Amino acid sequence: MGYWLGFEVRVAVRFLREGRLQTVLIMVGVAAGVAVIAYISALVTGLQDNTFRKTLGGQPHVTLRALDDVVSPARATLPGEQRLTDTQPRAQRLRSVGNWQSMLPLLEGMPEVAAVSPMVAGGGLALRGEATQSIALAGVDLDRYDRVVRLREKVVAGVASLAPGEAIIGTELASDLGVRPGDRLTVLSGTVSETVRVTALVDLGVRELNRRTVVVPLRLAQSLFGLPGGATNLDLALVDVWGAKVFAASLRGQFAYKVESWQETNAQLVSALNAQSVSTGLIRAIVLVVVVLGIASVLVVSVVQKRREIGILRAMGATRGQMVRVFLVQGGIVGAVGSVFGLGLAVAMIWLFTAFVRGSDGQPLFLIVLPAALAVQVALVATVCGVLAAIAPARRAAAMDPAQAIRI
Amino acid sequence: MAEPVAKGQPLIVLRDVRKSYNIGLPNEAEVLHGLSLTVDSGEFVALIGPSGSGKSTLLNIVGLLEPMTSGSYLIQGQEVHALDDTALTLRRRGTLGFVFQFHHLLPAFTALENVTMPFLIRCGHVSAKERDHARGLLDAVGLSKAMDKRPFELSGGMQQRVAIARALVLDPPLVLADEPTGNLDTASSDEVFVQLRHIHAERGTSFVVVTHDPRLAARCDRVVELVDGAISRDEPVVAGASAG
Repeated sequence: MGYWLGFEVRVAVRFLREGRLQTVLIMVGVAAGVAVIAYISALVTGLQDNTFRKTLGGQPHVTLRALDDVVSPARATLPGEQRLTDTQPRAQRLRSVGNWQSMLPLLEGMPEVAAVSPMVAGGGLALRGEATQSIALAGVDLDRYDRVVRLREKVVAGVASLAPGEAIIGTELASDLGVRPGDRLTVLSGTVSETVRVTALVDLGVRELNRRTVVVPLRLAQSLFGLPGGATNLDLALVDVWGAKVFAASLRGQFAYKVESWQETNAQLVSALNAQSVSTGLIRAIVLVVVVLGIASVLVVSVVQKRREIGILRAMGATRGQMVRVFLVQGGIVGAVGSVFGLGLAVAMIWLFTAFVRGSDGQPLFLIVLPAALAVQVALVATVCGVLAAIAPARRAAAMDPAQAIRI
Repeated sequence: MAEPVAKGQPLIVLRDVRKSYNIGLPNEAEVLHGLSLTVDSGEFVALIGPSGSGKSTLLNIVGLLEPMTSGSYLIQGQEVHALDDTALTLRRRGTLGFVFQFHHLLPAFTALENVTMPFLIRCGHVSAKERDHARGLLDAVGLSKAMDKRPFELSGGMQQRVAIARALVLDPPLVLADEPTGNLDTASSDEVFVQLRHIHAERGTSFVVVTHDPRLAARCDRVVELVDGAISRDEPVVAGASAG
């Protein structure tokens, strides 16, 4: 009974062992390349996840609002008529999303949507004693809002609760007003004010948000802003956060609302993340090409060095196909073993980064992990590249005339 | 697979074989000029001639290591001229054994591994029975204590005996030896030649041996002399001189 690749593996391993120094050198090269690819991938993914979480952590994925107030011309322009206009844009006032109560179940029924939260949002002031701070006031249903932005996970003091007369505020605002959970402060919108009891402090990850955020019950905000039964926006969390832009476009096509995805409201961030991803991809591709060329060049030398052995094996009855496979197996072994060492090196580099690169608070800047799936993917790609790199040298080996090869 | 050939029947038949190099180029040269040769099963043939007479080229053609330019070549009654590379390789594997002047063992493998290499090429693994067969061959050539040694640990004569064992491991009907003693001293040469004759007597394996040594040629059954790419002499050796 034959063993598939039994001859090829045996000879490939023995050839690699015979040229020990050469083999070690090329494996080190592969390991270095794989380490760079794995480390950069993990680093950039960690950085992007961290950036993403900090930016998007406190934001919905899609927001629905009422369309902007626009100035319409008094009459249509007649054919042949030329008109010069100077339009003063209308000041946008707080308006409720029309029919939002019936929109809730409609949106929740869409497969792309994970959660929906109505909100009344607007500007105001927070007062405590002589301290006054400008705030962004958001009136919500806590459970719904929590499903969209995971507010409860961001609580750093107190217990999140929005019963009537209660509020949750950002940590920086609490510090500025000298407020702790249980204390009271006054929120003012236009001419309407309410005193609320702070139940919890939250860290939204962005200093400015922490400085301005006050979350109150929906009813309270409706009262403060003169929108009884209204909601200025519907916030959506999606199943696939990266599908937000496409989903927003489809909602725009279906409904007469102003619909924005997080990508549109954070366009610069998205561009930066994309540029980062493209650069990382380019670096990985170049490193991979270098690794492939390295393996190929060493195997080409190996073919020349092993010329006589190739001739002897061919004389003994090894076919051209078998000789090709010997060198392909060599390439695969070098790629596979090199990638295992490379992944170990990448893990060490990640540990070093996490251990020694710290923020001003002494904590690691952000979490970097090398997911098992990425490690397996990198190892597989390196192994395949090793095999591909061996194709040219392998064909050269197989094309050798046995009689000529033996004579050398 | 061809049927085995009975002793005394033609094993290989070459007819009007020509070999040219650099065909179509200004330096085109014909090195074999339409020669014909038959080797019967069980023969021990010496192929002699001055340097450049085409002995090694003829041996390479017989060994299916080089294609001929024109002519006919039958092995065990089958024409091999038009076979593709894979078919030629398989034919070579099943019919021919090689012993080269510089033994050409694989340096990365032990003596035993060198001898079992044809099995590994054929099936991808070596069975215990095949390994025992290889050990038996090494024992037969006096190398039972050298099985686990690498070629660089063996003398020239010992390496050549390993090569002989390797050439015989698949029990080929024909062994081609290109100056098998050319790289050895007189004592080792005699030792090796005795081995070849012993194997021939015991197994009936046919041999075609290229040699410069007239003493060794005189110990073969038949001498074929090549001069300038043509056979100038093809005659049996006188009985008394062929004792091995």
